[in-house]
Amino acid sequence: MSVLVGKGTKLIVQGMTGSAGAFHARQMVEYGTDIVAGVTPGKKGAEVEGLERIPVFDTCVDAVRETGANASVVYVPPPFAADAIVEAAAAGIGVIVAITEGIPAHDMIKVKAGLAMDYPSTVLIGPNCPGIITPGQCKIGIMPGYIHEPGDVGVVSRSGTLTYEVVHQLTTHGLGQSTAIGIGGDPVKGMDFVECIERFNEDANTRAIFMIGEIGGSSEEEAAAYIKANVKKPVAAFIAGQTAPPGKRMGHAGAIISGGKGTAAAKIEALEAAGIAVAASPAEMGSTLKSIL
Amino acid sequence: MKIHEYQGKELLARYGVPVPIGISAQSADEAIAAIPQVQKKSGVDTVVVKAQIHAGGRGKGGGVKVCKTAKDAEKAVGDVFGMQLVTHQTGPEGKKVQRLLIEQGLDIEHEYYVGMTLDRATGRVTVMASTEGGMEIEEVAAKTPEKILKESINPAVGWQDHQARRLGFALGLEGKEVRALGKFLHALTTCYWEMDCSLLEINPLVTTTDGRVLALDAKVNFDDNALYRHKDIEEWRDLSEEDPAEIEAKKYDLSYIKLDGTIGCMVNGAGLAMATMDIIKHYGGEPANFLDVGGGATTEKVTEAFKIITRDPNVKSIFVNIFGGIMKCDTIANGVVAAVKEVGLEVPLVVRLEGTNVETGRSILGQSGLEIVTAADMADGAKKAVEVVK
Repeated sequence: MSVLVGKGTKLIVQGMTGSAGAFHARQMVEYGTDIVAGVTPGKKGAEVEGLERIPVFDTCVDAVRETGANASVVYVPPPFAADAIVEAAAAGIGVIVAITEGIPAHDMIKVKAGLAMDYPSTVLIGPNCPGIITPGQCKIGIMPGYIHEPGDVGVVSRSGTLTYEVVHQLTTHGLGQSTAIGIGGDPVKGMDFVECIERFNEDANTRAIFMIGEIGGSSEEEAAAYIKANVKKPVAAFIAGQTAPPGKRMGHAGAIISGGKGTAAAKIEALEAAGIAVAASPAEMGSTLKSIL
Repeated sequence: MKIHEYQGKELLARYGVPVPIGISAQSADEAIAAIPQVQKKSGVDTVVVKAQIHAGGRGKGGGVKVCKTAKDAEKAVGDVFGMQLVTHQTGPEGKKVQRLLIEQGLDIEHEYYVGMTLDRATGRVTVMASTEGGMEIEEVAAKTPEKILKESINPAVGWQDHQARRLGFALGLEGKEVRALGKFLHALTTCYWEMDCSLLEINPLVTTTDGRVLALDAKVNFDDNALYRHKDIEEWRDLSEEDPAEIEAKKYDLSYIKLDGTIGCMVNGAGLAMATMDIIKHYGGEPANFLDVGGGATTEKVTEAFKIITRDPNVKSIFVNIFGGIMKCDTIANGVVAAVKEVGLEVPLVVRLEGTNVETGRSILGQSGLEIVTAADMADGAKKAVEVVK
C-alpha cells in the first residue's frame, strides 16, 4: 500500500500548458497517474498536445468542482508559485506537491503560516522537490518512474537525484518501495522528515524506512529523536555533504554549514544514537538497509 | 547575494536606520578627498578608515583604523588601500582592498549585537540581540548561548514594538535608548522584509554618550531567488569579490563551487553532487569541485560545465556521475563529446550513466572514439577516478 497518494488520487496539474508542466504531465499519464484536470489562468478549454482528453480550467475551484480532484502538482514559475499553492489549498485540495525551484524564501514563510492558519489539514510537499510516488499506482512529480518497484520500503529524502540513486539500489537489492517522498531542499518547506516518517510508521504496508538527509538545518536531528521515541520499524539513512566546506551553499538553498551548525558529522551521530543504520558511502544505501532487515 | 558595508548602510539609511556619516571611495585619492568632507559634516576630527571587502574580521586583520587627525587618516588610507587583507573568512591568500569607507568617529558608550535571519526550524524570521557586541556571534552562541536573546516574527502581524521593548530592557537599556532601539528595529525589520534579505546583521550596534543608537557595521545578504524583484540591488553586485569560475558557471545556470582537490566532478542534482564528493573522499581521493548541472541542462550547458572543470589546473581526473531523471543521459553524452572535441582531453575521464535514455547515452560515448573509462555504478566510477590520480 502507500501513504498520501495511490490509486484513489485524482490529480490537477497547475501550469499544464507550460512546457515543463506538459512534458511531465505526459510522463505521469504514461505511468498511470489519474490526471483529471489542468489549471492555467486564462487558458480555459485549451488543448495540450498528447493530453487532449484532459480539460484545462481557469481556476482550481472550477477544476475541483468539475472533476472531484483531491491532489495537485505545481509547475508554475517562481514569481507565481506561492499564489498557486494557496489557490490549490483554498479550493480544498488535500495534497499539494510543489515542484517549482527558486521560490523566494519570504513567499514560502507566508505560505507556510497561511496554510497552517486557514487549511491546517492540507499537506504540502516541496517546493523544489522531485515529488511523491507510490510505485505501480501514482507518480506525482519529475522522477523517472521505471526505476521504482512496488514494495514495502518507505523512502523520504531532501535530495532529488539522490532519491533516484537509493530507489535504484533498493530495487536492485529486491526491495520495492511503498511510497517515496522527496521533501525538497529549500529552507522553508511543507512536510519535513518527521511528518513523513510518522506516516510511514503508521502505514501497515511499510515495513522499513530509508531517509536521505543533507548538511544544513536540524531536521535530521529532529527525525532521529522522533524515531528513537516512536519507531520500531528498521530505519537506515544517508547524509550527503560529509566533505562539504563550511560557509558554502551546496546547490540547495538549505544546504549550508553555518556557524558550525548543520554538519554531516553531527547528524550522523544523532542518527546512530537513535539506532539508525547510517550508510558509510552513497553506494551502500541499498545494502545497508538490506543488512538490517 | 552579498553587498559591501557602505552599500548596506546606504540601504539601511533609506529605511531610517541611523548610521554614522560616511563617504565611500574606490581609489586612494577619492578616500583622501573624503577625509575633510566627513570631518566637516560630522563636526569631529576623528575619522575611521574601513576596508570594504565581503568578509568579516576586518578589524583584527588590520583593515579598520581609527584616526584622530586628517594626517593619520591619510596615512591609514595609504596603508589599507590596495593591501592584501587576511581575515578568518578570506582564506590565507586574503583579499585585495579596492574600496574604502571613510566614516565619522563616535563616542561609543556600549556595543551590542543585532541580527536577523530565517529560522528553518520555525519557518519564520528570528531577530537576535546580545550585549556581546563586536564579538564573533558564533563564538557567543557556542560558549554563552544564554547571552543571545531571540524574538520570532509572526508573518501575519509582522514585527511588533513590544518585541523591541522586550529586547531593549533585557539588554539593560533605559527609557530613551529603548525608544531609540524600537525605532531602529522597526526600520531594520521593514528593510529585511521589503528587500527580501536573507541575513541582516549589525555588529556592533552602538549607543553613544549622547544617547543615540547607531549601526556601526552592516552585513546585508539577499535571497538570490528574490533578486528578480530588486533589479536595482543587482547593480551593487561586486564581481571582483566572487570566484571567476563561479561567475562563469552562473551564466549557464550551473551551480559550481571550487574546492582544493584533484578530481573534477560533474553531476546532476545537488544531493547527488555532494554524495559524489563524499564517495571520492571515501575511496581516498579529494574532489576538485562541486558541480550540479541541474535538471534542465542542455548539451551547450554540459559543454560549458566540462570546460569550467578542465580549466582548473589542479584537476588530474574527471568523474561524470549522472542519474538521469528530467536530465537525459544522451544530452549529457552529447555535451561531453562536444566539449572534448572542442577543448581536448588531457586527463582521464570516468563516466557513470544511469536513468532516462541510458542506453542511447552509453552508445553515443561508445561510438565517439574518445578514450572514456566507463563505470558500472557510483562506487566503481569513484574508485576508477581515484585510482588514476594515484
